[in-house]
Amino acid sequence: MSTWTAVLAACAACFALKLAGYVAPEAWLDRPRVVRIAGLVTVALLAALVAVQTLATGRQLHLDARLPALGVAALLLWRRAPFVVVVAAAAVTAALLRLLA
Amino acid sequence: MTPDPARRAVLRQALSVGVATGAYGISFGALAVAAGLTVAQACVLSLVMFTGGSQFAFAGVVGAGGSGGAAIATAALLGARNGFYGLQMARVLRPRGWRRVATAQVTIDESTAVGSGQAAVRPDRPDLARTGFWATALAVFALWNAATLLGAVVGDTLGDPRRYGLDAAAAAAFLALLWPRLASGRTRAVAAAAVVVASALVPVLPPGAPVLAAALVAIVVGWREPGSPP
Repeated sequence: MSTWTAVLAACAACFALKLAGYVAPEAWLDRPRVVRIAGLVTVALLAALVAVQTLATGRQLHLDARLPALGVAALLLWRRAPFVVVVAAAAVTAALLRLLA
Repeated sequence: MTPDPARRAVLRQALSVGVATGAYGISFGALAVAAGLTVAQACVLSLVMFTGGSQFAFAGVVGAGGSGGAAIATAALLGARNGFYGLQMARVLRPRGWRRVATAQVTIDESTAVGSGQAAVRPDRPDLARTGFWATALAVFALWNAATLLGAVVGDTLGDPRRYGLDAAAAAAFLALLWPRLASGRTRAVAAAAVVVASALVPVLPPGAPVLAAALVAIVVGWREPGSPP
């Protein structure tokens, strides 16, 4: 399979999944259980993305500058800092720690 | 026209999400080229796939020498969450006909987080949820694609994006999107369990799958009525 074929097939698969949420029957959408689960799935996936983005290097768990950077981000979020400040502070923290290491 | 501070606040939030996303769009462009994709392939992924997690996963599998099939499967596994986001946003936006195609294409972590966040905080103002979703979608789409092109073109000279802490910036952005959803004990418990499940599965499952597996936590917890006995 050429790389272009894989790129386009993956794009098609991702779009089909996005569209699936909108073409599901209305009656199915209106079930309280589905609504409840959909809301919690967002939370679970975002939390999992935080964990994987912070801890995973390939298929290994790896503690490095990302963890203290995430701690700084959490502290700033707790202090109600703006989104851009939180993200920039995390990047600067990780970059500085790696520079010093 | 009367000034609307609530609407302005939503637009500001959308723009700052777009700017933050653009910052790690540069890292995607750079990582994609480093993984062996061409500048054009990196840009098509950002324009057409347009879902960061899947794009990083796709480039990661290709870069690690994975097959085309593995790259497609990993991107799709990670992109499945957008289907759930669509389920959630369909209730708020209720698009019809061809609008569903456009709405679906921009249904991603960021637009859903801002749109559904507004729907939760201001149920009396459905227009704020709509504005939040679309303003975030357009800001992210514009900046993500511009940043991808920039990152791909200058990727070689930039060197390792980790040197600039861009990997940590991506984690912080997901945390910032998660933060407002942690108001109830139930969501905090689901988030904590998802962190444990995803982390534990990283060494076991292929890249991308641990995140999707964490969704099972939400299905198990959400199956029961809140407050009902286990």
